[in-house]
Amino acid sequence: MNSKAFALFNKDLNSELRTRYAVNSLAMFIIVAISVILFSIGNERIPQSLTGGLFWVVIFFSAMSGLARAFVSEEERGTSLTLQLIAAPSTIFTGKLLFNLILVFLMNIIIALLYSALFDEFVIRSFYLFLLTFVLSNIGLAVSSTIIAAIIAKAGSKGTLYPVLSFPILLPLILTSVELTSNCMVGTTIVDSQVELGVLISYDVIMLTVSYMLFDFIWKD
Amino acid sequence: MKLSVIWKTFLFILLCFVSVAGIAFPIVENPVHWYQFPIIPGLEENAKIIFFHVPTAWLTVIAFFMSTYFSFKYLKKKNLDDDAKSYTAAQLGMIFCILATVTGAVWAKFAWGSYWSWDPRQTSIFALLLIYGAWFALRSSIESEEKRATLSAVYSILAFVTVPFFIFVMPRIMTGLHPGSADDPNSGPVVDFKMNANMQLIFFLSLIAFTILYFWMWRVGYRSMIIRDKISKQSSRG
Repeated sequence: MNSKAFALFNKDLNSELRTRYAVNSLAMFIIVAISVILFSIGNERIPQSLTGGLFWVVIFFSAMSGLARAFVSEEERGTSLTLQLIAAPSTIFTGKLLFNLILVFLMNIIIALLYSALFDEFVIRSFYLFLLTFVLSNIGLAVSSTIIAAIIAKAGSKGTLYPVLSFPILLPLILTSVELTSNCMVGTTIVDSQVELGVLISYDVIMLTVSYMLFDFIWKD
Repeated sequence: MKLSVIWKTFLFILLCFVSVAGIAFPIVENPVHWYQFPIIPGLEENAKIIFFHVPTAWLTVIAFFMSTYFSFKYLKKKNLDDDAKSYTAAQLGMIFCILATVTGAVWAKFAWGSYWSWDPRQTSIFALLLIYGAWFALRSSIESEEKRATLSAVYSILAFVTVPFFIFVMPRIMTGLHPGSADDPNSGPVVDFKMNANMQLIFFLSLIAFTILYFWMWRVGYRSMIIRDKISKQSSRG
């Protein structure tokens, strides 16, 4: 099962490397989003807590533009029936999730680097807490966006519907991450924000479990 | 036939009594008569909203639960009637959600000074509104009946598992203004203990009346939907 999932991940990675569609559009989207924020700020100094929120705005909208295609590409090429024949639904989901995880981590590392270079106010005081927040919310983001992408692909690949459907699902994650990021900038220790970290962990676990359980119903029709 | 007339009359009287009692009964410092309510510190006259706002918020949650329950049932049994039940519950839930949001916002104007202040409860009811909105957007985008039922059922369960974060976790980790928040010194954490017996009685009567009303509307709604589907299928067959 794992080798099949890995093969699917490899296939996605190869086709991505050949066309670079998702990576290119993601990179452009990150630049556009950050520059819009920079233009609107101009020469003003913005409060520190605001930069943490804007950081997650950039991440959310970049994710919305780049992650929607996970299953849409299969539907467009007409390969989803073949996939249904050769592998179990959970295997397909694992493969797609792996690919989206890589994409999310790549995207968010670039965003974090660019963002801390361009915004002077964005200073992380407790680095390990930020690292923990970053990893946990990236996992949650990847899981939720993969399952929503599967729904979208079956709903006739309506691109505009993707952010609409994702936002309520991702809202607890984003709110908690914004809270944690502002904690990081103030310099809170990991122990002091363990409630929020607990929320993030439980979000990841719940979403992962529910996604695996529900994917069968989306995939088989 | 007879029985339904009886309970509809009962519901009518109950709702009339609750509306009149909730609005007209005075709030005094030391309640003597049975129709007088005590003052709850921090709420005063504003406390009367509890008879109408809390039932609508309660029904929003109930409708959401029922919508998810029937979505779950649909995924298990693949019976389109369950989808109609889930859809009707969500429709009613949306109505009550809007009512709860609006009454809450109007109340907040008088109690907190502004219509909207991103209190955790307000954030969570806003998220519920978004979930309902997204759910209806998803439904309207799919033509095929079975596919629509399956995908919306999946989405409704997916949305359902995020709700505990809003309802239980968020108000606990964010500081709130809403009565019953974790850090409310006056009327929290449980408002009920500050109410006297008659206030509690009318509150629970109102809750019961609104719940019966909801179930009645829900039954009428899903039955008419099932019949409509049946007729349209018959007429398309010719």
